[in-house]
Amino acid sequence: MLVGAVFLTCAVEMVEALTIVLAVGQTRGWRSALEGAGLALVVLAALVGAFGPALLEVPLDLLRVIVGGVLLIFGMQWLRKAVLRASGLRAKHDEDEIYQRKVAELGAHDESVNRDRVAFVVAFKGVFLEGLEVVIIVLTLGASSHRMALAAVSAAAALVVVGAIGVVVARQLSRVPENAMKMSVGVALVTYGTFWTGEGLKIRWPGNDAMLLAFLALYAALTWLLVVVARRTDTVSRGVVS
Amino acid sequence: MREPSLVTRLMKGFARFWWDFLVGDTPELFVAVVLTIAAVALLSLAGHFNAAAGVVLPAMVVAALCLSLWRASRGTS
Repeated sequence: MLVGAVFLTCAVEMVEALTIVLAVGQTRGWRSALEGAGLALVVLAALVGAFGPALLEVPLDLLRVIVGGVLLIFGMQWLRKAVLRASGLRAKHDEDEIYQRKVAELGAHDESVNRDRVAFVVAFKGVFLEGLEVVIIVLTLGASSHRMALAAVSAAAALVVVGAIGVVVARQLSRVPENAMKMSVGVALVTYGTFWTGEGLKIRWPGNDAMLLAFLALYAALTWLLVVVARRTDTVSRGVVS
Repeated sequence: MREPSLVTRLMKGFARFWWDFLVGDTPELFVAVVLTIAAVALLSLAGHFNAAAGVVLPAMVVAALCLSLWRASRGTS
């Protein structure tokens, strides 16, 4: 379950970063875009090297509460967006639209001025911000479960898979079912968040780790119910308006 | 007027990242999680009500998500 949660969560973030790099590379040239993305990865690796081990010195119960709280917030934010999109209350995240918007934004700049800088900075910013989220997810999930290596390998696998997808399909990112992925990840994050927050606060869960499956089933069922209710609400409100 | 220094800009950027990451456009979820942790800590640590704390935690998470979605649906309708 840890492998799946880390893999899916990281894959979602990497797809977002990949969209930006593809847009920059296509418009401004691949050299600057890849340099920006590469530097972002180096900076992230340095940050992990500097602060990663320090995170492991934090008392475990306190770490679990902090990690659990962050995962609960992050997971609920994702679930909320995914439910709103699945029910039609909010437009689905369209990677093609993001790609076209980035291309248009970059095309608006004067090509003769700071051409490399624009590509470099935009690619760096995109990869760094999305990558930082990946780092936080890997560190928190890995440290709390004492399986840092497994979490890191899962993230690396996600990087390889998303990278391969990016190379092969390039501009057809919209085929990646992002909302379904985001919904699954949201359920997994809220599940881990509930479990670890409780453990950090000295709750003795019945069945220990087996309780994770119970939470997973609870939140998956809740998500399904919320999508159904939100769709009906949307249909009724459209009916009233029309 | 002087431009802020690099350190100031970096610190502001760092703080903005965490603010966007944890609060963003859903402050109700942040507040709900803080309240949930406080409530469960009181039940579990102070009162030793393990079973009650175990039920309250997921129940408050479910309530927070429903509340946030209800708020969002009101905003979009």
